[in-house]
Amino acid sequence: MITRTANLDISFSDEQAMILDSAKVFCRDKSDITTVRSLLKSETGYQNDVWAEMIALGWTGLALPEQYGGSGMGLGATIPLVESMGRYLLCTPFITSTIAAQAILRGGTNQQKSRWLPSMVEGAVATMALLDNEDWGATQIRCTLTPKDGGFVLEGKKLQVNDAAVADIFLVLASSNGVPTLVVVEAKALPEGAISNNTLVDETKRAGNVNFSGVTIKADAILANAAEALQDVRLIGALLTASEATGTSAAALDTLVDYLTTRKQFGRLIGSYQALKHPTVDILLQMDSARTFIYHAATLISDAHLNKDTEIACRMAKAQATDALLFAGDRAVQFHGGMGFTYDCNAMLYIRRAQWAQHQYGDAQHHRKLLAPLLLD
Amino acid sequence: MTENSQLAGQQSMESTELSDFRKGIIDWIKHNTPADPGFLLPQTFMEVGSEQVLDFLREWQYKVWSAGYLGMAWPKQYGGGGMPRLFQQIADEEMRRARVPICFNVIGLGWAGPLIIDTGTDVEKETYIKGILNAEDIWCQGFSEPNHGSDLGSIQTRAERDGDEYVINGSKIWTTLGNYAKYMILLARTDAQAERRYNGLSFFLAPMGANGISTSPIQKLTGEYGFTETFFTDARIPASCIMGEEGHGWRIAMHTLQYERGAEAGAAGGVSILSIVMDDLLKMAQDVERDGQPLLQDPITRDNLVKFLIEEQALYLGERRVGIPALCRDYPNSLALSGKLRGTEFFRRMRQYALTLQGAPGALYVGDDQAVDGGFWQRAYLNNFSTTIGGGTSQVQANIIGEHVLGLPKD
Ligand SMILES: Cc1cc2nc3c(=O)[nH]c(=O)nc-3n(C[C@H](O)[C@H](O)[C@H](O)COP(=O)(O)OP(=O)(O)OC[C@H]3O[C@@H](n4cnc5c(N)ncnc54)[C@H](O)[C@@H]3O)c2cc1C
Repeated sequence: MITRTANLDISFSDEQAMILDSAKVFCRDKSDITTVRSLLKSETGYQNDVWAEMIALGWTGLALPEQYGGSGMGLGATIPLVESMGRYLLCTPFITSTIAAQAILRGGTNQQKSRWLPSMVEGAVATMALLDNEDWGATQIRCTLTPKDGGFVLEGKKLQVNDAAVADIFLVLASSNGVPTLVVVEAKALPEGAISNNTLVDETKRAGNVNFSGVTIKADAILANAAEALQDVRLIGALLTASEATGTSAAALDTLVDYLTTRKQFGRLIGSYQALKHPTVDILLQMDSARTFIYHAATLISDAHLNKDTEIACRMAKAQATDALLFAGDRAVQFHGGMGFTYDCNAMLYIRRAQWAQHQYGDAQHHRKLLAPLLLD
Repeated sequence: MTENSQLAGQQSMESTELSDFRKGIIDWIKHNTPADPGFLLPQTFMEVGSEQVLDFLREWQYKVWSAGYLGMAWPKQYGGGGMPRLFQQIADEEMRRARVPICFNVIGLGWAGPLIIDTGTDVEKETYIKGILNAEDIWCQGFSEPNHGSDLGSIQTRAERDGDEYVINGSKIWTTLGNYAKYMILLARTDAQAERRYNGLSFFLAPMGANGISTSPIQKLTGEYGFTETFFTDARIPASCIMGEEGHGWRIAMHTLQYERGAEAGAAGGVSILSIVMDDLLKMAQDVERDGQPLLQDPITRDNLVKFLIEEQALYLGERRVGIPALCRDYPNSLALSGKLRGTEFFRRMRQYALTLQGAPGALYVGDDQAVDGGFWQRAYLNNFSTTIGGGTSQVQANIIGEHVLGLPKD
């Protein structure tokens, strides 16, 4: 007999509310749609001065403990930031760096944390190098770590490493004798030509394949507690992607509503047609559910190893948020008619983001598959 | 209607006062829930189709109220408990969980009552509130007409002033509890010439016993009874029955619908609709087998169940998020206005899926001893349409959200 007690905690502190308000204003001001478009073909995909301002504002330290130079507000405080970034398609290495910092925070020894976290608070870019096979749902790890000359050597290529070209630090998932390990590799240790940029469907994002073959590391670059850190980081990655996607669904909705309230056909504003109106309402409802989940997860998450309720919350958030964005992007294109088929129409940005976001840290079906035993058995 | 274990997650944080209260009601339920009467009890307040059921439910509601578990947040002087709303929420939650019989006088408890308390005169409160709570006075609602349902603003039933009376002519339909009600909240046209059709409407607290009012029961989708067509033939009601002023009826009716759709709080409480939740479906999926294996082990079934569970969880969490203003600023009223649409449509699809999972016995109905759970789910699915149609259809709800939350143009 199944006995479920669903966790229904959701709260939002005044501090988080202030962060949300100021993040929204910041992202709106720094990332109007013309700026977003001007960055599409740029090398790094972001504005250095905006990233510098975010660092100066303390955002990179928000989730990290004070002893490492952070402000100790916990990961929950970054959710309003990331949601706002998604709302205005503001890209920087913030998200991937935040995830990588959590990997070190959760998996590192005190020494490892002291060595890397303070520099990350100050803006060193760190990124996760997790994927090396067909999908996030695959469990096999191809990249290996083997002892060599008193140290270790990596063998293998990692795929779609976010912001690889600008990263100072890589957290690489490798199999050491079949055991998953996370190792820290500094960019300067990479040989020339190790990074080859991906061409992503989402032109606002940057990623690359990174060949770590032959890179040697010392034992102190292996995170002490990889197993738990890895579980946490995959869920945190899912949650932050969900938060960003939720913001982007709202952006797609706003763009769509603008068109539905200005474009006329047959003498009427097209938003008066229910074939358009009702699915648009559905986007709102789906987005709202996603938003509920990200703040539910933000409420539950702490610096401790994620418990079952938090895992459920993160997976539900990811499943809901990326499905909502897929629907929003898809309908945003269709409901713009011929205009929707153009590169000029902003719906293009959202439908492309949706395809990218669904695969970051696992698509909806992947998370539902992992939810099933948590909810049904 | 959709709220379920609203407070379950809070239990850990509950003060001793609240948890003592919770223990109290759990204990009360245990000792006071009536035994199975041997006839089918309704799953919703829209299914009271016989005197036998009526008497049973009347007695039960009286008992709940006498014990102090109904109208807990309503003013004491009119028969309520004068307590913070939280207590009623806890009481409702425990009654829902224990699946006690419903408190059926919902048009009084849920919409006429709060309307009178929030906007009525002292005399109206004095006259009506207590009878609503103790189930002595059953209420019904006369809004819809045969030719005007969703388009409520066009209703044609006339109310003409004649001295200190109004004379009513016309007919209403889908009147839930119409044949048992003592009072009706009635929307009628007092001015057929009004420039804007909404301005010609007035709102009455009408006595159903007046000469010239008659009802005729209508058989529902499920084969049971529960609502009526209601006819007015030169029916005379005292002029003092009007609520507010002549011509203000539309505004009052809209206010009433806010309670009905759950967008505005104020109801007396009590459980008006048996809650059938995912746990029930999971249990069924555990019990129902294919080739000797519980369906709960089938991968496709599991994925569908998880989808429903995500949706259910979003529903309950959304009800909590409404209480956090900083998280509701972006699309104001979005959560509040969408609660009915979300909840009722979710339960409709979830109940339909239950029938799909049953396999061949899914084709059996109440009365067949091979029916799964005695046909419980068949009844539940069919009855669920009362919530997706009544109180404003899902399509109309979607229009309201599109127009009022997103600012989309009217049709
Ligand atoms: C069980 C039950 C109990 C009820 N109890 C009461 C009661 O006690 N008192 C009372 O006054 N009424 C009651 N009603 C009536 C209920 O409020 C109406 O049935 C409802 O408002 C729909 O009106 P209608 O039946 O005339 O359908 P219609 O308005 O004719 O609708 C027919 C279809 O057209 C759709 N439609 C209509 N207009 C639009 C539009 N603008 N855009 C898109 N789609 C549209 C509807 O969604 C529906 O699918 C009850 C109904 C039910 C089912």
